[in-house]
Amino acid sequence: MIRDKFDAIVVGAGPSGNAAAYTMAKEGLKVLQLERGEYPGSKNVQGAILYADALEKIIPDFREDAPLERHVIEQRLWTMDDTSYVGMHYRSDDFNEEKPNRYTIIRAQFDRWFSGKVREAGAVLLCETTVTELLRDPQGRVIGVRTDRDGGTAFADVVILGEGVNGLVGQRSGLRPELKPDTVALAVKEMHFLPREVIESRFNLAGNEGVVIEAMGTITDGMTGTGFIYTNQESISIGIGCIVSDFAESGRTPYGLLEAFKRHPSVRPLLEGSECKEYAAHLIPEGGYNAMPELFGDGWIVVGDAGQFVNAVHREGSNLAMTTGRIAGETVVWLKRRREMATKANLAEYQRRLEETFVMKDLRKYRRIPDFLHRNKHIFGVYPKLLSAAAQTWFRVDGVDKRAKEKQIFQSFRSGRTLPGLIGDALKLARSWR
Amino acid sequence: MMNTTEVGAGAPGAPLVKVEERLFQNRYLVDAGRPHIKIKPHTEPSKALMALTHLCPAGCYSQNDKGQVEAVVDGCVECGTCRVLTAKTGEVEWNYPRGGFGVLFKFG
Repeated sequence: MIRDKFDAIVVGAGPSGNAAAYTMAKEGLKVLQLERGEYPGSKNVQGAILYADALEKIIPDFREDAPLERHVIEQRLWTMDDTSYVGMHYRSDDFNEEKPNRYTIIRAQFDRWFSGKVREAGAVLLCETTVTELLRDPQGRVIGVRTDRDGGTAFADVVILGEGVNGLVGQRSGLRPELKPDTVALAVKEMHFLPREVIESRFNLAGNEGVVIEAMGTITDGMTGTGFIYTNQESISIGIGCIVSDFAESGRTPYGLLEAFKRHPSVRPLLEGSECKEYAAHLIPEGGYNAMPELFGDGWIVVGDAGQFVNAVHREGSNLAMTTGRIAGETVVWLKRRREMATKANLAEYQRRLEETFVMKDLRKYRRIPDFLHRNKHIFGVYPKLLSAAAQTWFRVDGVDKRAKEKQIFQSFRSGRTLPGLIGDALKLARSWR
Repeated sequence: MMNTTEVGAGAPGAPLVKVEERLFQNRYLVDAGRPHIKIKPHTEPSKALMALTHLCPAGCYSQNDKGQVEAVVDGCVECGTCRVLTAKTGEVEWNYPRGGFGVLFKFG
């Protein structure tokens, strides 16, 4: 199909693939990028929050023309039972800064913008092109890809796989195993449209200020998972996700769970009168450090979700994707300058560089957390109920004296989870967290 | 067509939801006659395959009169859940749609 040989082929035009392609093209490398969607972003789903730092390191002046929705000035964490939530909110005017730290975005629009920058930098992008397999030389080195465009092939010194969570190309080439149902979450999401002034008054916002809500509790019906509500300019992104194996055992439908979340008495008023314009679903790799596959080999590097680069605790993924994409790109540029081949030994530089960043440091720090959350489902059911009951006991004024209320609250925790259970949970969490 | 009876299955009091009403909002370019997901012929579905009748977020999977699980994938949102869940049994053959086909997210 394509006669020219490229310095690099990038599979996928999401945050990781775009970061890699941009980084290499900007330095003058000959880059071919392949995307199976009609346009970049057409297959991509995210909440979505953009973390400015990761993008600034690639495109410092991105704020000038990127399609940003709202900058986040307030974070709400909710633990919910069926009728209430106990919230921890952090709002600060300090987030109204010249260069805000976090933004809500709409991925289909954002990815298109990012892709425009990649093409301006000189990369060749082919959309509507699904990569079907990796091509190897007799020594097993990856030398290119085959696509579904008339079985066309393309060749390069290195292939960067930013193919996302369903990384079929890498899986089927034996670079990494299939995802496991107990370390991947299924999230469903809807886009609800409302006039911007309605959103601003409901969420206590001015101008382009935004709020993000992360929620856990009985909304996931005993499953390991969380819900989210993000404010965009004229829409609200709302979604909920749980571990696939939990969903399979629960008998619940993902859309039934989302509907129940939407109808929660604390959520319903936020969405009142809105028009839903899209329903999406996506997998999130949540296995963390222990689920990470090989990250590089002879002639290939994996970046983003395909490499399990998600920090599930902090709901970070796109920033890890962009950072791994950038560092993969920088590694390839570095090798090119040194006139060295993309051998496995040389590409080990990619992992060495990643080790120096927050990406590997955070994933390693939280390596025990996915397993902890999966084995301690009461975190998602028992504790939110206990917290809520405690708050209600405390705040309701009914003639019961305060010491009796305190006793009642302690007693409810002891009977809800037993004293050894409480101490054990605290110790396990502390061990997993450190 | 798609699973029309599906509701908030398994949870008493869960709201009734028809997934078609949601999928109706989405844009698709259907590759007519070339479904990207196929179920291997079977007489009795495994537990994992059976779970897809409630787990598939697009309600693509349903059980027929003979107890077999069938899929109509026109409304598929390409999440990959069915492939992951049945990886061990190998009952679902999952590919990306041909380039350009399938779901086209407007917002994502």
